Amino acid sequence: MGSALTSTLPASAASEPEAVVPPQHAANPRMVALLSWLAPVLLLLVWEAAAQLGRIPPHLLPAPSKVARTAFHLAVHGSLLHDLGISLLRAAAGFAIGGSIGFALGTAVGFSRIAEALIDRSVQMIRAIPFLALLPLVIVWLGVGEAEKIFLVALGVTFPIYINTTLGIRQVDPKLLELGRVQGLGTAAMIRRIVLPGALPSVLTGVRYALATAWLALVVAETIGADAGIGFLAMDAREFLRTDVIFLTILIYALIGVSADWVARRLERRLLAWHPNFASPGGR
Amino acid sequence: MSALPPAVRVVNLVRRYGGRTVLNDLNLRIERGEFVVLLGESGCGKTTLLRALAGLDHVQGGRIEAPRRPAMVFQEHRLLPWDPLWRNVALGLQAADARARAEAALAEVGLGGRLDDWPRNLSGGQAQRVALARALVQKPELLLLDEPFAALDALTRIRMHALVKQLVARHRPAVLLVTHDVDEAIALADRILVMREGAIAAGYFVSDARDPLALRQSLLAELGVTTFA
Ligand SMILES: Nc1ncnc2c1ncn2[C@@H]1O[C@H](COP(=O)(O)OP(=O)(O)OP(=O)(O)O)[C@@H](O)[C@H]1O
Ligand SMILES: [Mg+2]
Repeated sequence: MGSALTSTLPASAASEPEAVVPPQHAANPRMVALLSWLAPVLLLLVWEAAAQLGRIPPHLLPAPSKVARTAFHLAVHGSLLHDLGISLLRAAAGFAIGGSIGFALGTAVGFSRIAEALIDRSVQMIRAIPFLALLPLVIVWLGVGEAEKIFLVALGVTFPIYINTTLGIRQVDPKLLELGRVQGLGTAAMIRRIVLPGALPSVLTGVRYALATAWLALVVAETIGADAGIGFLAMDAREFLRTDVIFLTILIYALIGVSADWVARRLERRLLAWHPNFASPGGR
Repeated sequence: MSALPPAVRVVNLVRRYGGRTVLNDLNLRIERGEFVVLLGESGCGKTTLLRALAGLDHVQGGRIEAPRRPAMVFQEHRLLPWDPLWRNVALGLQAADARARAEAALAEVGLGGRLDDWPRNLSGGQAQRVALARALVQKPELLLLDEPFAALDALTRIRMHALVKQLVARHRPAVLLVTHDVDEAIALADRILVMREGAIAAGYFVSDARDPLALRQSLLAELGVTTFA
């Protein structure tokens, strides 16, 4: 990778004097993509080198290679996969519960002014509280256990889904609703064929936000107290000053967050193939 | 004119927006299979009349006798962007063979090969043809067209005239088409109505006109356009 980069550098340097024609100067996208990896890779290399040379105390900053070895060891001999499974299960359960509640409330409020009058103000008032601030209360109510964690995740998920569902339904083009009436659609068909597809882009945006907050809620809940899960792994490691394990858990949190977002994007591209913003080039 | 009851009978129709009376004791009769074109200056209430016939709005007075579910084509195509063309055409169709019927209707408007294409891949004229197919696949007794070609270029519009004539000749619905284009009216209509101040002010049978140019002059005069012939 390093040699590939240095070999491309002279070429771009040579084009420098011809900057009079800006379009010619537009950088090769693949090279730009490669270039964007330069800083992180360099950082990792410097870090590894410094650690290997004993310039960083390992209990503060373990070598990346050490973290990788720990990951392998814990996956094979330890409880890493088990803990990962537990964490994912908590996230999924909280997401399913919070998502359903948010979607149901959002749908009701999106459709009916009465439901809006009954529900919206209360939801907006609860939403004004940063949901993590409720944690002490949740612990008093539910204790430190699975219920508390799932509750917190659900709480974080409900609002983004609620807001975006309501918004999506409100934004459905009234001209298309009118068309539905002209074509003789009943209420159910109207919802199925026009309202929900029209609201879907907004709902999926909500899902992506919700994934981020779900993850944040899980990290906090697991850090406060747990006897299994990625957060437990981290807290346990803290007691024994196993910085390598702590780094590993941070990395796992990051990776899962990124993959969740990736899945959500794939979902968008699949479900919104009709949408110009998500169209695959030349696709149907 | 005919022994059969007419396709549309409107008696003393009144429609108000707030305090403003837009349709003022309007009377209208359209025979079965008749092609009526409605002219009138902007804001005189043409769209309001069509919407009342389609049952989209409440009216404040008078009586409307019209088929229960007329088909309607709007100025914009109003295709559902999330449905492929055949599902758009089949929207509201309660039949097991909906896809086959949609396919036939699309073929009729010259888009038979594009069943599964997305609306966003269509030109303006093609989209309007799909809207026409969606209206006709319902086998309506009454077809309401509100400036369906206004957004199209002149050549596409002429092609659309031929297509509409052909389709109407085959399916024989009664048609009420709104346009601002006097030539379009003459090209398509059996009868041309001019609307003014919320009522029908004049009517011309196109077949009666010995000279299309003279008809054109009279229509323009009705619409308040003076020409120097
Ligand atoms: N929803 C509405 N609320 C209030 N007034 C309306 C509404 N819709 C139409 N009007 C008024 O009713 C009158 C007739 O409107 P309409 O749309 O029927 O005109 P039109 O003949 O179709 O005009 P155009 O040729 O420009 O389409 C206009 O003066 C318009 O301002
Ligand atoms: Mg109009």
